[in-house]
Amino acid sequence: MSTATDTIEDLVKTEYKYGFVTDVETESTPPGLSEETIRHISAKKNEPAWLTDWRIKAFQYWQKMPEPTWQFVKYPPIDFQAISYFSQPKPKANAPKSLDEVDPKLLETYEKLGIPLRERERLAGVAVDAIFDSVSVGTTYREDLAKKGIIFCSFSEAVQEHPELVKKYLGSVVPYTDNYYAALNSAVFTDGSFCYIPKGVRCPMELSTYFRINAAKSGQFERTLIIADDGGKVSYLEGCTAPMRDENQLHAAVVELVALESSEIKYSTVQNWYPGDENGVGGIYNFVTKRGLCKGKNSRITWTQVETGSAITWKYPSCVLLGDNSKGEFYSVAVVNNMQQADTGTKMIHIGKNTKSTIVSKGISAGRGQNSYRGLVKIQKTAENARNFSQCDSMLIGSKCGAHTFPYIEVKNTTASVEHEASTSKIGEDQIFYCNSRGLATQDAVNMIVNGFCKEVFKELPMEFAVEAQKLLGVSLEGSVG
Amino acid sequence: MSKPILEIKNLHAGVENKQILKGFNLTINESEVHALMGLNGSGKSTLAAILAGRDGYEVTEGTVNYLGKDLLELDPEERAREGVFLAFQYPVEIPGVNSTYFLKAALNEIRKHHGLQELDAIEFLALVKDKIKLLELNEDLLKRSINEGFSGGEKKRAEIFQMAVLEPKLAILDETDSGLDIDALKVVAGGVNKLRRTDSAQLVITHYQRLLNHIVPDFVHVMADGKIVKTGGKELALELEAGGYEAILKQ
Repeated sequence: MSTATDTIEDLVKTEYKYGFVTDVETESTPPGLSEETIRHISAKKNEPAWLTDWRIKAFQYWQKMPEPTWQFVKYPPIDFQAISYFSQPKPKANAPKSLDEVDPKLLETYEKLGIPLRERERLAGVAVDAIFDSVSVGTTYREDLAKKGIIFCSFSEAVQEHPELVKKYLGSVVPYTDNYYAALNSAVFTDGSFCYIPKGVRCPMELSTYFRINAAKSGQFERTLIIADDGGKVSYLEGCTAPMRDENQLHAAVVELVALESSEIKYSTVQNWYPGDENGVGGIYNFVTKRGLCKGKNSRITWTQVETGSAITWKYPSCVLLGDNSKGEFYSVAVVNNMQQADTGTKMIHIGKNTKSTIVSKGISAGRGQNSYRGLVKIQKTAENARNFSQCDSMLIGSKCGAHTFPYIEVKNTTASVEHEASTSKIGEDQIFYCNSRGLATQDAVNMIVNGFCKEVFKELPMEFAVEAQKLLGVSLEGSVG
Repeated sequence: MSKPILEIKNLHAGVENKQILKGFNLTINESEVHALMGLNGSGKSTLAAILAGRDGYEVTEGTVNYLGKDLLELDPEERAREGVFLAFQYPVEIPGVNSTYFLKAALNEIRKHHGLQELDAIEFLALVKDKIKLLELNEDLLKRSINEGFSGGEKKRAEIFQMAVLEPKLAILDETDSGLDIDALKVVAGGVNKLRRTDSAQLVITHYQRLLNHIVPDFVHVMADGKIVKTGGKELALELEAGGYEAILKQ
C-alpha cells in the first residue's frame, strides 16, 4: 500500500522535454559588456544613429544603478561580463529571404517544439514569429496580415521598415531608467517581436512569438512592442523554452504594450524556460519587465500568464490605466517545483477616471519551491471612482515548499474601491484519497485538483493554449507526488 | 452456494500503536446486504477506511481476501478499479473540478482496467441521464465542482449517484445516513435498494437502526471493541432499537 505522506514528500525527477540543443554553427560576440559591445550589436543590425545613442545612454545609466535585492529570491551574483550578448545562427549566405531559405535545422527545432513554421504545417489561425537566441528566424502569415494593414515582424525589421513607429513608442511605457534589468535590456536588446494594429482593425488570428535560447553562455534580451491604434484588437501569445544546461542563463526581456482609444490587447504567456534540475543546478533567470499603457479612453489590456519554467522568475506584468474608463486585468498561474523560485505579480496604476482592474493570481508550490505574489494597486488622486478587485490564492503540495504574499495598496482618492482576497490551502491527502478511491491514480488526482484550482485563469487563455497550459502544468508537477 | 466477494479473517489493525480492530471476521457473498452496527469508537469506520485503502492504518494480523486477491496489497485506486467503492461519511470538496468530468474520468479508469473501451462525452452523458433519475438528484449538481457548496444531504446523494454510475462489486456505505433528514434518507435508501444486484454486495455501516427500515439487510452484525460480537437477521436491528446496545453487549 503506498503511503500518501511519503509520496507527497518525494521529490521530483521530471524530465524537461525541451532540453535538447540544436547543433547549428553560431556566431556569438565574445563574453563581455562595454560600449563597444553595444556599438557592435547596433552595427550588426544596421541601426540608425538615434537607436545606437539610445542604447548607449541606457548603458551609461545602467552602470550607475545598483543591482536590486528587494525581491524574495536567492541567487549568486551575476557576472555580467561573462555573458555573450549577441548570438545568432551563422547565416548560410545572406539573410534568408523566406522560410524556404532558413537553415532546416532551425525549422526542425521549432517542429520538435511543436511550432511548425513551414507553410503547409502551420498552426491553423496562429501567426508565429520565431526567435532563436538573438535573432528572429522567421515570421509566418505576414502577407495575410499586411492586407489588413497589420504589421507583425521581428523588432529588427521594424527598426528598418517602420522606424517612425519604433522611435515614437520605444521606451514610452518602460523607459530605460525604469529599473536595472530594463536599463540593461535597453542597452543590449537584440531582437523580439513588433506588432502594430491599425485603427479599427480586429486582428483575425492569434499572434504569437516563440522564444528559444540555444547557445551556451548567452543571454537573451528581447524587446517586444505592441501598439493597438484606436479601436484595434489583438490577442498575442508568447512561449519560451531553452536547453538543459548546468550553468544559469539570463533572460531579461522588456515588453511594452500601448493601447489607444477603445482598443484591446490581450497578452498571454506560457513560460517554460528550463527550470534547472532537482538540486537547483542550472536553469534560466527570467528577469522581465512587462508593462502596458492604457493610453486612450475605454482601452483594455489583459495579461494572462502561466509560469512553469525558469530557475528564478521575477516579473510583474503591469497596467498603467491612464485613459478614462480603461481596464487592466492580470490572470496568473505560477508553479514552482524542486528548487524553483518565483517572485511575480502585477502593478495596477489607476490614473484615469472610472478605471477598473482585476487581479487573479494562483500560486502553486511543490518540492522545495518558493512562490511569492507581489502586487501593487495604486489609485492616484485623479482616478475618480477607480475599482480594483484582487484575489490571490496559494496552494502547497508537500511540506518543504513555501508561499508568500506581498500586497501593496496605495489609495489617494476616497471614491476608490479596492478589494483584496487571499487564501492558502494545502493540497489535501483527503482530496487525493477521495480521487484514488474512485480509481484515479495519485498523479492524475493532483493534476485534476491543481487544474481545478487554476480554472479561473485557464479560461482566460486562448482555447488551444489553455489545453497546452493544462498539459504543461501536469508535466511541471510530475513526480511532485506519487 | 453464492460466491464470496469479501472474506476478512482475524483482522487486527490500528493507528500509531493503538489497536482498533482486534480479530475482526466477516464473509460477504454475492447478492448479500450486510449491516454493520455499533457504538461510536467500536471500529466501524476504521474497517471501512482499511478496506478502501486509506493511508495511516497499520494491519498487524489477519487477511482480507477480495475476489481471490489479497486486498491489502492493492493501492486504493487499484481497489476501486477492481470494484470496491466507499461512500464517504464526509465527502471532500474539490474546488474547480467539475463533477461530471471527475466521474467520467473515474468510470473510464475502471473500464480501461477491465479492457473495455472508454466512453466518450456523449455516451457518458446518456448514462448519467439514466442514473440521475434513480436518485432524484438535481442535474445542476453535476455541473458544479465536486461537492463544493453542497448541503450535507446533497453530498450523500451525490455519493450514491457515483455508486450508481461506477457499479461496484462491493459497495461500502460509511454512515451514509448521518446528517440526513427522513426524506433524504428515504431517497438515499431507495437508490441503494435499486442498485442491489445479484452479482454484487453491500456493506452498510450505520449507528442507527432507522436506515435499516428502508434498506433491508440479509445480515446484521453488532460490533464492539474491534470485533463482531453478535450476528443475526434483520430482527437484530429491531432488538437493538428496543433495548439499546448495552443489552446486547451484556449478553
